[in-house]
Order: sequence, then C-alpha cells, then structure tokens
Amino acid sequence: MKIMINGTPTETRAEMLDAVLEELGFGDAKVATAVNEDFVPASLRGQTALAPGDRVEIVTPRQGG
Amino acid sequence: MRLYETDIASRLMLGTAQYPSPAVLTEAFRRSAAGIATVSVRREAGNERAGAAFWGLVRDLGVTLLPNTAGCHSVREAVTTAQMARELFDTPWIKLEVIGHADTLQPDPFGLVEAARILTNEGFQVFPYTTEDVVLAGRLLDAGCEVLMPWGAPIGTGLGLTNIYGLRTLRAQFPQVPMVVDAGLGLPSQAAMAMEMGFDAVLLNTAVAKAGDPARMAEGFARAVQAGRLAFEADPMEPRDMAAPSTPVIGMAFLE
Repeated sequence: MKIMINGTPTETRAEMLDAVLEELGFGDAKVATAVNEDFVPASLRGQTALAPGDRVEIVTPRQGG
Repeated sequence: MRLYETDIASRLMLGTAQYPSPAVLTEAFRRSAAGIATVSVRREAGNERAGAAFWGLVRDLGVTLLPNTAGCHSVREAVTTAQMARELFDTPWIKLEVIGHADTLQPDPFGLVEAARILTNEGFQVFPYTTEDVVLAGRLLDAGCEVLMPWGAPIGTGLGLTNIYGLRTLRAQFPQVPMVVDAGLGLPSQAAMAMEMGFDAVLLNTAVAKAGDPARMAEGFARAVQAGRLAFEADPMEPRDMAAPSTPVIGMAFLE
C-alpha cells in the first residue's frame, strides 16, 4: 500500500508501524513516531495498523534554539 | 537557580542550532558553562543517521536538555511534537513554542495557553516561549506553567530588550516565578541588562552561533550574565538627576 513517510509518498509491504520502521532501516534507531498527527509511543508501534494514505512521521534528535 | 525542582548551576541557557561545526558547538558550550541546552526533533531519512550523531554530541556536553516545539503553528502540532520529544529525550521538560505570526515569530497567545494546559495535564513541565504580556503570563501560570520565558525581541533579530517597560512590569508582577529572557538577544550587554532587571536566566542561540568566533562570544555572554546577576543581588543604587560628589567635601584644602 502507499503511505506518506515524512511527507513523501512511499510504497510499503508492511502493515504495522513497527514493521514499516524495520523495512525503512530504523530497526534499532532512536526515533519517535506519529501517525496522522497523533503521537504513537514506541510501546504501541507493534499494535498500530496502517491504512493506505496514512501520514507517518519519523523524527530524531536535532539541533534547536 | 531552581526550575521545576531541578537545580541548575548556570544562569545561561544555550541553543544548539546554526553552529559552523560540531566542534565549534562543543567549544562554545564549554566556554559558556551553560547548564541547559535546547534541542529539537526533526524528520529523518532511514540511512541518514544525522539524529544519532547529534544525540551523541549533545549527550557528551553533560548539560540538561530542554527540547522545543520550534516551528509549530498549531496546538495539535505542538502537543504531538512535545510527546515525541519526551520519548526521544526522556524528559518531561518542554520549551513550548506555538508560533502565531510568520514575520515576527510571535507566539500565538491563545494556542500557547491551550497547549500549555494540555501538556501540563499530561505531566509535562512546560517552559512557554511567550511575550512580555502580563495577562498572558497570568493565564500561562493558571494553566500550570511554573516557569515563563518572555522574549527580549523576535527570534534571531539580536535587537536586545525591545520593551524594557513591559519586561520590568512582567518581572514585578510575578516576583516568585522563575523567568528566562528567551530570544532576541545579540550582545552580552543586553543579557547583563536582563539579569540586572531581575530575570533569572537568559537563553540564546543565534547571538553565539552566528558570531564570528562563537566560543569567544559564548564566554562573553557567560561573564555578562554573571555580572548582571551580581549587580541584581547587590541592590543597585537609585539613579538621580542632580550630580552628587563622590569624593568627601569636608577636609578639602582651601575651604573657607
């Protein structure tokens, strides 16, 4: 199915959020996630099913003021 | 200085953005002796690993981290960003920015109060980026904020304290509330002035990061913050219009 990852249309074979992260190479990375603007804690990624068109955000620590 | 039951040794807080290199950032932090560093969360591509590199860098600074919601224009964006930051940085602290105006980056006061209330109810310890408005300050305190971060001037301008009357009034209205002048400072003298006025700390980023020699400027600000705080604690003299001789008049030669 096609979903949005960080604003970019992306084709994925995964159905759950944790599998999407694995597929994209974020398996062991320090990231935080949101789906359709709602925060999804790391502990709930395995129970979060995605639907076509869902907007997934994957963020990491960055410089800030 | 005590912020949300945490003792912080330094009254200078420093941002981590816009430095010419990671090495310069590290040296600027060392010479600033800042106790708190602001950080953000941003999107990352899978193979980039920029986040991991930055995470290693800021952990080695040995300072307390204050994540922000910079760039958020809605309550929902700000709340979700704060939730992601809490998980990433493992801290309940959040510098809450809800921006209401593109050119001035002025906070949206209505969204700010709403987001502050939501986040406080979720257990966050909110540092709201606000203006010098005393009514807004009161609402933020009612919403559960225990620290306020009024701007000196719009972010990144380096204009210093553009509304001294407003800042003085804000400081006087809530004498027990820790307040950090956040944003708009360009020179150490402006930081010293904020500290002389009784603000508890200052937060800078651009003034240091965009200086020709960031590390030297960081030390300049550190000394100014110390000088301003010492002056505030020393209870400054009252200014007066007429001259008053400082050297004793009694005992002068030739006095008839």
